[in-house]
Order: sequence, then structure tokens, then C-alpha cells
Amino acid sequence: MREIVVISGKGGTGKTSLSASFAYLAKQDAVVCDCDVDAANMHLLLDANFKEQRDFHSGELAIINPQICTNCGDCFDVCRFDAITKETDFHVVDAISCEGCHYCSRICPVEAITMQTQKTGDIFISDIKNGAKMIHAKLGFGAENSGKLVSKVKQIAKELALKEDKSYVITDGSPGIGCPVISSLSGANLVVLVTEATVSGLHDLQRVYQLTKTFNLNVVCIINKYDLNMDVTKKIEIYLEEQEVAVIAKLPYDEDFTKAVSVAKPIVEFDENCKLTEQISSSWEKIKIILKDR
Amino acid sequence: MKITIASGKGGTGKTTVSSNLTTYLASLGKKVVLADLDVEEPNSALFIDSTLVNTKVSNKMIPQWNATDCLLCGKCEEVCNFNAILHLPEEIRVFPELCHSCYACSELCPTSSLPMVAEKIGLINEYESELFSMVEGRLDLGQEMSIPLIAQTIEYVDEHFPEHIKIYDAPPGTSCPVIEASRYSDFVILITEATPFGLNDLKLAVETMKVLNQKVGVIINRYGIGDDGVEKYCQDENIPIITKIKNDREVAKLYSNGELIYNKIEHFKNSLDEIITFIGGLK
Repeated sequence: MREIVVISGKGGTGKTSLSASFAYLAKQDAVVCDCDVDAANMHLLLDANFKEQRDFHSGELAIINPQICTNCGDCFDVCRFDAITKETDFHVVDAISCEGCHYCSRICPVEAITMQTQKTGDIFISDIKNGAKMIHAKLGFGAENSGKLVSKVKQIAKELALKEDKSYVITDGSPGIGCPVISSLSGANLVVLVTEATVSGLHDLQRVYQLTKTFNLNVVCIINKYDLNMDVTKKIEIYLEEQEVAVIAKLPYDEDFTKAVSVAKPIVEFDENCKLTEQISSSWEKIKIILKDR
Repeated sequence: MKITIASGKGGTGKTTVSSNLTTYLASLGKKVVLADLDVEEPNSALFIDSTLVNTKVSNKMIPQWNATDCLLCGKCEEVCNFNAILHLPEEIRVFPELCHSCYACSELCPTSSLPMVAEKIGLINEYESELFSMVEGRLDLGQEMSIPLIAQTIEYVDEHFPEHIKIYDAPPGTSCPVIEASRYSDFVILITEATPFGLNDLKLAVETMKVLNQKVGVIINRYGIGDDGVEKYCQDENIPIITKIKNDREVAKLYSNGELIYNKIEHFKNSLDEIITFIGGLK
């Protein structure tokens, strides 16, 4: 089993359209995994049926019992997150600010504070349109710990892939370089960086590539919308060459990407005979060969 | 006045709108400052001709083990709720990337053997252009937690530009970084595209803003491509559509080059006018 993680640094470069296409092309030989738990939407392209739901618990929230609270203010003094405010007769916790560190509950002289485990998300195991299975999730509104949810989603996907003897786990990551991205990279056999020919695409590619380097990961790149700005494409290519990162596809700026999304299809299903489909299929073949060699 | 420009989905045009809007407002004589709070991938500065005028190191506080008086009692490990401290037979090990800076280990240590020290997590950069100033937070690579840096960038802007209109360019998503970038604002503008992806992520963003009791308005970008799902949703939810920015390859092209758009493309400028009128009507 090999895991492919698709990330981009910058949002909106085409990560999900491409990973859904790879998932579609891999047919039943993959487990698909959407790690953009903040704003998951790969399920929209793959007809996920939300067959099985599991609660995700993570983090704790301090609750002050107003009947016991003596209003001494010790909790207020130790809280570094400004999560505790004083009412007339007692103190209260602001659920959004509370980090669940437990400090207040440990030092409360009258033990008025308890910690409650929070349900912070839902994990779904779905059947998708090509017969494969997909693991995806929805983080609770305003919840923390998206990194932990990403780890859980990946863990379920990998276990399923091993159990059902699938060759690939295809993971759609989230934008950025912070905790959910770092979690999504763990254990990746190949990282596909999707960038676009814009100055921000290049800037964000450099940062996210440097991040993958700190974890010694194998990386290839797809340049999307390459014909939007040939100068920037040239700069991206020079940068990648210096870093010895292979470009496995250069895709044109094409509104079919958006049109395919609008009818809820991966681009390779939307138009099976177009040039884009041919290019994406050939990059999927390249990915398979690279993984075989390693 | 503080306005956050956010979106659930990435790549919908947050930076395009915030950098153009700020420049346009400044050109109209408004006192305005732009804060790039997408600290994981800050790129507003790419679009504004400016010079770096000040840099401040952003730190988070972490415990540092001092062996001299330590009894190796293990209290620190016991009180840490984030598994950031490991009590080994002859050593206390701290994992800074897991630390939330709650101070519990440090202050509950019976021998004060874990003093809190500053660890660098990123930079706050202030830039000056001809007409206005811009501040960005820039997270160091490999740092997981962006919240402290977002909070410090907001603080920096409040301190240095107390009288200015503040435009916050938020990170994408719906979790803690976006919340930090939105919770202290007077209004949140959500930018989306008229596609099922855009709609799905807009709904998530709207629900998140409800948790914060934030008022929102929507900008539909790349209008004309996609479907009418977003418009219907906004009508049903009574969310004002502030403007619709036309789908235009020329806009994408200017953006790709790091250029401002409103001074070159009339329909884009008209959209900014609609945004400014809308903001002007806010209390």
C-alpha cells in the first residue's frame, strides 16, 4: 500500500479536482481520503453516500459550576487564553477561547470546575461512484484540533486499505503549511504539489515545498493554469529544477475545471476524451511508476 | 472599523479583493491599513509596491527544563494536557510544537524548574507603500500553531494604527485560524465562487460565523461561471450579496502577475465601489 498526498500551499489551485480525478482513475484499487477537514468537498465530486458515521472527540472544555463557585478569581488569574470572565456571583468560561488546558480546574480551591470532553467532528466512511471507499470528515463549527482529526481520518483510510489489500491511499490535503497539513503529510510515500502560474502560487509552492523537505518526502509537482502566465511558469520550472523536483504535468487554464465541478464530476469523468483528461491520466500513470520504483 | 475578508474555500479571491480594496480606499484619501493574517501563506505583499519598514519577532512561550533543582517528581507531565512534556527517569523533555503555552507545568512545578522562555514562531513585517501601510504575519516553516501569531499581528496593527480602518485578509478554512482572524472584527465579508464547492464551503463559513455571532455579507467571485446555488442560498438565509465580480480571464492574468486590478479593469472597480458603499452603510 502506497499513500499519495496532494497539497498546494495556496488554496484554489485544483487540488481537489486532481485528487478526485486520480481517485476516479484508480477505480477500486484505492481508498480515498479527504484531509481538508475544515472545508471538505471531495465528496461532492465522487458521489459519497455517507454510509457510516463516527463521532470524533477531541479536546476538553472547562465548565464552572455556578452553585459551587465562590467567585475567588483564581481561575481568571491563571487562564492564559482570556477564556474566563467574571459575572456578578460567579465566573464563566467562554467555550471558543478555552483551550482545554485543565489549569483552572486543577487549581480551583473548591473544585467547582470540571473538564468535559468535546465532540469536535464527524468522520464518514462512504462508498463512492467508482466502487471504492472514501474516508472524509467534518470538523465542528469553530472547533480546534483539525490536525488530530486529519490523523484519525488517515489512520482509518490506511487500516481499510491494508485490510482490503488496496494498492493506494489517495489523500486530498488542505491549504497552508500549519497543523492539518503537517498531519496530512505523515507517512506519505509521494507528495503531489499542485501549483498555479501566479505569483502567489509560486510563493506558496516554495514554502510548502520547504516544509516537505524538512520531512524528507518524495515530491512531484503539477503546474496548473500554466498558460495564464508563461513568465511565472518559467520561474516555477527553474525553481523546481534547482530543487530536483519533477514536473509530471502542465495543465492549461481551462474553464472545464469549473464546469466539471458544477456538475459534480471529476474532470476525467466530465469529458473522457479531452486533452485535460489525457494529461491527467498520464500523470496518474507516472505517479504509479514512481511509486513502483521506490 | 475592522473588516475581515474570509472564505471557506481557498483561492476564491480574498487577497485579490483585500489588496485592491485597501489600495483603492487609500487612493480615495481614507486612513486604512491592510493586515495579512494568512500567516501560513501570506502573499498580500506580492501585490503592493512597498518597502519593509519594520520587523518584529513573534514568539510563543514554552517551558524550558532547568535540571539543577528538579526533583523529577513528574508533576509537570501530569498537569500537561497536550502531551508536550515527557517525564523520563533522569530527564524532563519538552516538545515545543505541542505546547499551548498554558503555563500550568511552569507554575505548578514545586521547584520552579520549568521557567517559561520565548521561542520564535514567526515574524511580523510592516510594509509601507506610497499611500498606506500593510502588516503581515509570517509563520516559520514547521511551526504548527498559527493562532498566537495571528493574535500578535492583530495586536501589532491595533497598537500602531489605532485610528485606521482595518482590512484583515484571513486564512482559508473554517477552524481556529479563521476564528482568530474574525472574532474581533465588526463585519466579515465571505468571498465565494458560484460552484458546488464554493457553496459547500460558504455554508460552513456562515455556520462558523454564527458561532461567533458575526454579521456576514457575501461577494460572489468569478460570477457567470457555475450555477445559481450560492445566490439561492444567500436569499434563503437573508445574507446580503455585496457584489458579484465577473468571471474574467484578464483579472486572473493581472493577478497571476502580482498586479492590482481595479485601476485597469472597470467592472472590477465598479465591484469595489459596491463594496465601499456597502461598508459605508454599516454601523
